[in-house]
Amino acid sequence: MNNEWPLWEVFIRSKQGLDHKHAGSLHAADAQMAIENARDVYTRRMEGVSIWVVESKYIHASNPEDASSLYDPANDKAYRHPTFYNLPDELKQM
Amino acid sequence: MLNPDEEKIFQDKVDNEIKIEPKDWMPEQYRKTLIRQMSQHAHSEIVGMLPEGNWITRAPSLKRKAILIAKVQDEAGHGLYLYSGAETLNITREEMIDQLLSGKAKYSSIFNYPTITWADIGAIGWLVDGAAIMNQIPLCRCSYGPYARAMIRICKEESFHQRQGFEILLTLSKGTQAQRNMAQDAINRWWWPSIMMFGPNDDASPHSAQSIAWKIKRFSNDELRQKFIDMCAEQIKILGFTLPDEKLTWNPQRNHYDFGEINWAEFWNVVNGNGPCNKERMAARIKAHEEGAWVREAASAFAEKRKSGSQKVA
Repeated sequence: MNNEWPLWEVFIRSKQGLDHKHAGSLHAADAQMAIENARDVYTRRMEGVSIWVVESKYIHASNPEDASSLYDPANDKAYRHPTFYNLPDELKQM
Repeated sequence: MLNPDEEKIFQDKVDNEIKIEPKDWMPEQYRKTLIRQMSQHAHSEIVGMLPEGNWITRAPSLKRKAILIAKVQDEAGHGLYLYSGAETLNITREEMIDQLLSGKAKYSSIFNYPTITWADIGAIGWLVDGAAIMNQIPLCRCSYGPYARAMIRICKEESFHQRQGFEILLTLSKGTQAQRNMAQDAINRWWWPSIMMFGPNDDASPHSAQSIAWKIKRFSNDELRQKFIDMCAEQIKILGFTLPDEKLTWNPQRNHYDFGEINWAEFWNVVNGNGPCNKERMAARIKAHEEGAWVREAASAFAEKRKSGSQKVA
């Protein structure tokens, strides 16, 4: 394996108050270069106030095939949703 | 190996406009098709920097120079979005670059034509970027998540490219006779190659049906080409120039413009490596890659050195 720079995932906060969103990936030799490259590639039109970069190998992800069983406990708990409750129309502000 | 349940789940998602993401099961051919399409799309952006980059030092004003630099930088960024998207399908950047430089992978053959005058920059912005936009907007809804998201980002940036090109031609159209002739000549040279960008006719395009079933392709080549021709035939009236096609006429029965025969022999000739600039484009890319090797190596070596702590961070 020669000099291929590691792969980084880029997350950008576009405005104060918003959270960081995944913007894509890029190759860089180290974190400082990754941030500079992320600025050059993903914020050319002022789309970012904050950039996070993480080497892709440090991202841990759930397995999409497990999606149904991983989230199954949440599916039948309808009482977690506001629409589960029948309340009189006269009740205001709730 | 064929897995009928996986295949059904996959196709159901596609049919219901549920995006396919990198770790989802997908048919091997879907993966291969997307790797080829996305990487060749990325190569096209990078090689596409060359014909326009050619005029940066000779732009007629500082404003035009700054605009052209911005456009060419955008194309670099678009290439990078697409390479990143392709890498999610398990191909490395290194492999893709090797495929381009060895001639194994293709790029859009429109970039094998030379930019002879400043007016070519206008024609490219109006016609080539215009055709690209027509192709790319449907791709924003393609079934593969990373490709669709890259396309959304690209389309947002692309519209200034087309407007910039049209505006160059508009300015020339209001200039001297020599400037008007230059603009008309550029249009005459870029028109047919631009409509070839939509690919072969549908009946000569064997893979289209599968791409449409998998929602990689949302419209056929001929549909998009017709839409593009209809649009340009109207837009050119504002410029006061003509498109180099005597058979171009409005057909009220079809509600579309009729147009002349495309020279498919030229198309295949250029695709197969015999266009005016194929060799020049590849030579430029190979040179850039080889001459940049020391930068890549130095950056890696420096990062290693910093990591091992033998150098204080500045």
